[in-house]
Amino acid sequence: MNVLVYLVPLALGLGLAGLGAFLWSMRNGQYEDLEGAAHRVLDDEDLPRSSDVPKTPG
Amino acid sequence: MAEVRDFSIFVRPAEGGKSAMDLAVEGIHCAACMRAIEKGLSNEPGVAGARVNLANRRVTVEWDPVRSSAERILDRMDQIGFKAYPFSVGRAESAEKAEEKRLLICLAVAGFAAMNIMLLSVSVWAGNISDITPETRDFFHWLSALIALPAATYAGRPFFESAGRALRARAVNMDVPISLGVILALGMSVVETLNHAEHAYFDSAIMLLFFLLVGRYLDRAMRRRTRAVATNLAALKAETAVKFVSETEIRTLPVNALVPGDLVLVRPGERISVDGVIIDGRSEIDSSLVTGETRPAAVATGANVYAGTLNLTGTIRVRVSAAEEGTLLAEVQALLDKATENRSAYVQLADRAARLYAPVVHVTALVTFLGWLAYGIGWHDALIIAITVLIITCPCALGLAIPAVQVVASGALFKNRILLNAGDALERFAVVDTVAFDKTGTLTQPVASLMNAEDIEPGLIALAGRLALTSRHPLATGIAKAVGAMEPVPGASEEPGIGVTAEIDGQKAFLGKPEAVGMAFEAGAVLLARPSASLIAVTWGDRKAIIAIGQRLRPDAKEAIQALKAAGYRLMILSGDHEAAVREVAETLEIETYAGGLKPQDKIARLEALRAEGHLALMVGDGLNDAPALAAAHVSMSPIEATHVAQAEADAVFIGDRLSPVATSLAIGRKAHRIMVENLWLAVIYNFIAVPLAIAGWVTPLIAALAMSGSSILVTLNALRAGRKASVGKPATESLS
Repeated sequence: MNVLVYLVPLALGLGLAGLGAFLWSMRNGQYEDLEGAAHRVLDDEDLPRSSDVPKTPG
Repeated sequence: MAEVRDFSIFVRPAEGGKSAMDLAVEGIHCAACMRAIEKGLSNEPGVAGARVNLANRRVTVEWDPVRSSAERILDRMDQIGFKAYPFSVGRAESAEKAEEKRLLICLAVAGFAAMNIMLLSVSVWAGNISDITPETRDFFHWLSALIALPAATYAGRPFFESAGRALRARAVNMDVPISLGVILALGMSVVETLNHAEHAYFDSAIMLLFFLLVGRYLDRAMRRRTRAVATNLAALKAETAVKFVSETEIRTLPVNALVPGDLVLVRPGERISVDGVIIDGRSEIDSSLVTGETRPAAVATGANVYAGTLNLTGTIRVRVSAAEEGTLLAEVQALLDKATENRSAYVQLADRAARLYAPVVHVTALVTFLGWLAYGIGWHDALIIAITVLIITCPCALGLAIPAVQVVASGALFKNRILLNAGDALERFAVVDTVAFDKTGTLTQPVASLMNAEDIEPGLIALAGRLALTSRHPLATGIAKAVGAMEPVPGASEEPGIGVTAEIDGQKAFLGKPEAVGMAFEAGAVLLARPSASLIAVTWGDRKAIIAIGQRLRPDAKEAIQALKAAGYRLMILSGDHEAAVREVAETLEIETYAGGLKPQDKIARLEALRAEGHLALMVGDGLNDAPALAAAHVSMSPIEATHVAQAEADAVFIGDRLSPVATSLAIGRKAHRIMVENLWLAVIYNFIAVPLAIAGWVTPLIAALAMSGSSILVTLNALRAGRKASVGKPATESLS
């Protein structure tokens, strides 16, 4: 059962990390406008123009 | 006099010496709109940033106050092609937002704790039937306690606080048994862990909190969304007033920047946006939206005017005043206070259930304890079993049964463009059997339009529309708008109080008072058929006609009324307008019960009389004079165009031209109520199965976990049915005493 000595803190640590990430993203205002975020992802202006993107071979 | 706009009241200071402002924007719906607005504003010199919120249809702009101004930014929005209206986020809305955020954090904490404790609990359950050593089990229990105790202390606060408030007021709400269950489960688990017992209930306590927080959070999120839409709609009305900042200088201000004592200018054809006293000028006032009276009244210096009335003929100066003794506003306010007091006697379904439920559960637990003690198993074991009874009956399903339905049903109303102001309005919709309508602005459209277009030759109507463009008189504006005239007649001139004259193709054309062109007799004939109409004559050479302008019924009024009738509701019209005008509408809509010339207290008296006969009424109204009746009725609705006071009292507000939302709300309310009752019964059945097991002492933490999550999921799934399309069915037959 020695394996518990590091597995349990690891499990709790992962859980806490998830909780921390959620709280951070909420404080950061990431849940203020879920509908807008769904549309913003379609906005291509932040990408380099298609001619600049190197073509993948094949 | 140059007009200067001043929106400074909406500007708030932001970080780094910048200014910020929130705008409600019409017509944002796609990624392209968002980009256009954000880029367009950012290119404006001085603007530091602009961010669109698509969910709320709002834009937040920040700028350097030295290099730009609120007015410049609004002009820029106009150029980009979006109508934007500044507004301030109300205190209620920011409070709700903060509360929603707090619930979300509590939910996250409870979710984290529930997952981690369940991980440990499942190991214990599995170990108990195989080979877990007592030391390992104790270690897992202590670990669970380490997570559960702080998490419950934090995430349980919404329930503990609410239960504390209820107890201090010597009442019981659903949060009392919830808090008690959670606290006892945690306390017992700690004691059991100390005793190296096989079972601990940390997982049950935290899971309970998690499920209940989900319900609370959804409820709050729905309510905030409704509030945001309502705030936007209020902003889109963009009510402004022209204020004298000095003897000669005027400035256009948003209405909420005005304080009592300010002087405002109201020109003919403008809606008066403040309550006050005329200090200069004479005019005629159309008070139809405020009192229901459709005939204009003459006013002069010293007369009181009310927000929402329409200034017809003359320019007046008004001193803004607060509600004073003896004015209509003060009278309405007094009636409102009284009506609100009476209504607070209503007890929500959830609280009624809690009142029945809490004593039964607590007595059952006590009897279980005493029973086992008498049987002779020792006080420790008896206490453990009694607490298990409390844990298993802890109203997880009951706590979700009603909020879940409310969330789904108010979402369905929202889709039908009905905004719910009060959470418990749904259950009150369900029990009414009478619908009382105000006439003006409720059954009829808030804006006057042509009533007899089909009787007049089209050429003459079109001409009337073009002539009307020359005048600012509200009746003329109404004609122009109804006809859709775009092109004014060149050379037309207006003689105030008489009408508009022009010469077209060598023939004289006229639009105005029938008496001015000797058409008083024809006018009388039209008036006989339409007693509520305002009449205007139009002539062109020999061709002449009388145009009747008046309150048109809402386009689907007939169908909506028929549907309500078919569903078995008793219908009535309670109007402040004169009897003849009310009769005309009542006959058209085939509503048998109607009364005209009612004062605010008369409307309340009618509703009280109904209540005395055992009938509960839905009141639908929009005017200042309806507000007390809206507050006194069992449940109430207003159209979005209603006066502020009326809208504040209404339990629900509907958007748009149509009257059908009234029937829709009743149908959804009834369906929601039925599902709430079903859910309560489901919770009762669950208890009938679970409680005997608990009393027998057979409930392990595993069974508790399965039973709680199973019943919660069941009531939530059942609640989802409230969102499906509801038909207009029969009204409730049960009546509440």
